[in-house]
Amino acid sequence: MAPKTLYDRIWDAHVAHSAPDGTCLLYVDRHLVHEVTSPQAFEGLRLANRRVRAPEKTIAVPDHNVPTTDGREDPKNMTEDSAIQVAELDRNARDFGINYYPVSDVRQGIVHIVGPEQGWTLPGMTVVCGDSHTSTHGAFGALAHGIGTSEVEHVLATQTLIQKKSKNMKVEITGKLAEGVTAKDVTLSIIGNTGTAGGTGYVIEYCGSVIQNLSMEGRMTVCNMAIEGGARAGLIAPDDTTFDYVRGRPHAPKGALWESALTYWRTLYSDADAEWDKIVTIRGEEIAPVVTWGTSPEDVLAITDVVPSPNNFVGGKVDAVTRSLEYMGLTPGTKLADVKIDTVFIGSCTNGRIEDLRAAAKVLRGKKVKSGLRAMVVPGSGLVRAQAEEEGLADIFRTAGFEWRHAGCSMCLAMNPDQLAPGERCAATSNRNFEGRQGRGGRTHLMSPAMAAAAAITGTLTDVREMMT
Amino acid sequence: MKKFTTLTGIAAPLPLVNVDTDMIIPKQFLKTIKRSGLGVHLFADMRYDEDGQEIADFVLNQPRYQGCSILVTGENFGCGSSREHAPWALLDYGIKCVISSSFADIFYNNCFKNGILPIQLPADAVAILTKDAEKGSNARIIVDLADQSVTTADGKTFSFELDPFKKHCLLHGLDDIGLTLEKAEVIDSFESKLALEQPWI
Ligand code: SF4
Repeated sequence: MAPKTLYDRIWDAHVAHSAPDGTCLLYVDRHLVHEVTSPQAFEGLRLANRRVRAPEKTIAVPDHNVPTTDGREDPKNMTEDSAIQVAELDRNARDFGINYYPVSDVRQGIVHIVGPEQGWTLPGMTVVCGDSHTSTHGAFGALAHGIGTSEVEHVLATQTLIQKKSKNMKVEITGKLAEGVTAKDVTLSIIGNTGTAGGTGYVIEYCGSVIQNLSMEGRMTVCNMAIEGGARAGLIAPDDTTFDYVRGRPHAPKGALWESALTYWRTLYSDADAEWDKIVTIRGEEIAPVVTWGTSPEDVLAITDVVPSPNNFVGGKVDAVTRSLEYMGLTPGTKLADVKIDTVFIGSCTNGRIEDLRAAAKVLRGKKVKSGLRAMVVPGSGLVRAQAEEEGLADIFRTAGFEWRHAGCSMCLAMNPDQLAPGERCAATSNRNFEGRQGRGGRTHLMSPAMAAAAAITGTLTDVREMMT
Repeated sequence: MKKFTTLTGIAAPLPLVNVDTDMIIPKQFLKTIKRSGLGVHLFADMRYDEDGQEIADFVLNQPRYQGCSILVTGENFGCGSSREHAPWALLDYGIKCVISSSFADIFYNNCFKNGILPIQLPADAVAILTKDAEKGSNARIIVDLADQSVTTADGKTFSFELDPFKKHCLLHGLDDIGLTLEKAEVIDSFESKLALEQPWI
């Protein structure tokens, strides 16, 4: 048999139909739904008198719009249009009989955190959601990618997606990471290396010793940002780390079913002689704690670096850099570690899991947020929040001067009340630093939770390694 | 979905790279539960100032680009989120064709579901079309989907590549879901096979 990549294997196992020109109907094992990209899809179903084909494989949770302050279950605390979207999701979940975690449920949270947490995401599956960061679930060795609303409707109605196969790309991170370097630094450094279009047309498999040594949560952070590198999806071959994480989750298989699942999951890897259309190799030792300086996730530099000049670039990027430096209010040559910030945001589907909160709390223990700075922690789910409270992390954050919020997307995209003011500069653990992403005129620097915590203490972008002595 | 066959129209140049979906339609406009009405918010942060007044030199605010139906733009257009509000906003504004040297994957797919034709051409061809578009309303561009060609006002023609299935659906305005439901039996039997092989799903 011809050697296969992991992507080839999962793909082949899900093709329900293939046309001579290579257009396939790919069967979808899990469909995750949130309030912003689904109302028009459900409306389409109603208009055509169609049902949801597999409601038991469909899971919905509101996350983008919901406020993260106390009393948020009360629609009066939401803007009218947000309340309508959330109410629509309530109604659609009920009418179509799909699995649902309403705002009042402790299991509610960001869709990409809830899926894995509840054991909906399993190795070897196909997972889709009307959200680009669906790539997160690839950490389990599941083929997972974002889709548009028309495709959401298509999946609801048919449980399949019309797809053509992407190319195979391997990103190998060799060796090991230095002290103070995290999964977020790895994933940002990869995008810094390949560019935001470097993965366009590909599904990436991340491998190498650095990836193998990451925890499940770290792997999710890496795959989460595959989309920022332009890839359709990111994958990591499942191993014992994966199986240990999945075991015992509410929707994971149990007993004999678990054993047969495990036997199958152990066959999910890329053959040693598999062919790749593109290979990128990065030495783990060369990855430093990084921050972004511009308005594209590829604008990544080590925290020890300086703000670049447009002259360092070529082609269309020269204008883009000029524009983004102006937007960011930065002067070439300024040390990144001298850039003052106004706000710190710890959360999002990239870094809103318990290990992220632990990493930030470790830096913050016994310290205070720089006076005048606004700082907030938004756990990725109600369960993450509960666990952090139990472990005493919430107290560390509160004592340091952070606001301790409820679960949701919050300031990652500012569709809810959590927003930056024009010109406000934020150290953020989320995944996008686009113009206006966190609020019109807001300036975002992406980094790891530990780096964001360090910045909260000093009030400038900071090398967390200096605080680790 | 409306058919796309040929299009003759004014092309607006937007020579920026990495135009992301937050630029195309900022998130505050995603709170709608409808597909229509987003055109006034297209490129909102670049198009209007903080008081909601039009910024005069933004391309869509210039008199000579009023009524434009084609956008000629920089590489990696449509990167960022999966929001279909981006093509909805373009379409509602009246843009039915976007020409670039490359597109982000999800945005590219979303266009076809809404009757918008994204055309990928080599960077030097896009540069020529951008120059041409800079002439404003005198320079109408002709797009022919069946023929897979783009022709400038002075008769220069470029041909583009396109997936045959996507082309077919766009030319005939076909609804994907209807097409797929015709294969319901195939999906049924796949589902039964899956239930036997991977009963834990
Ligand atoms: S946390 Fe941010 S990136 Fe993740 S799903 Fe929410 S809005 Fe999207």
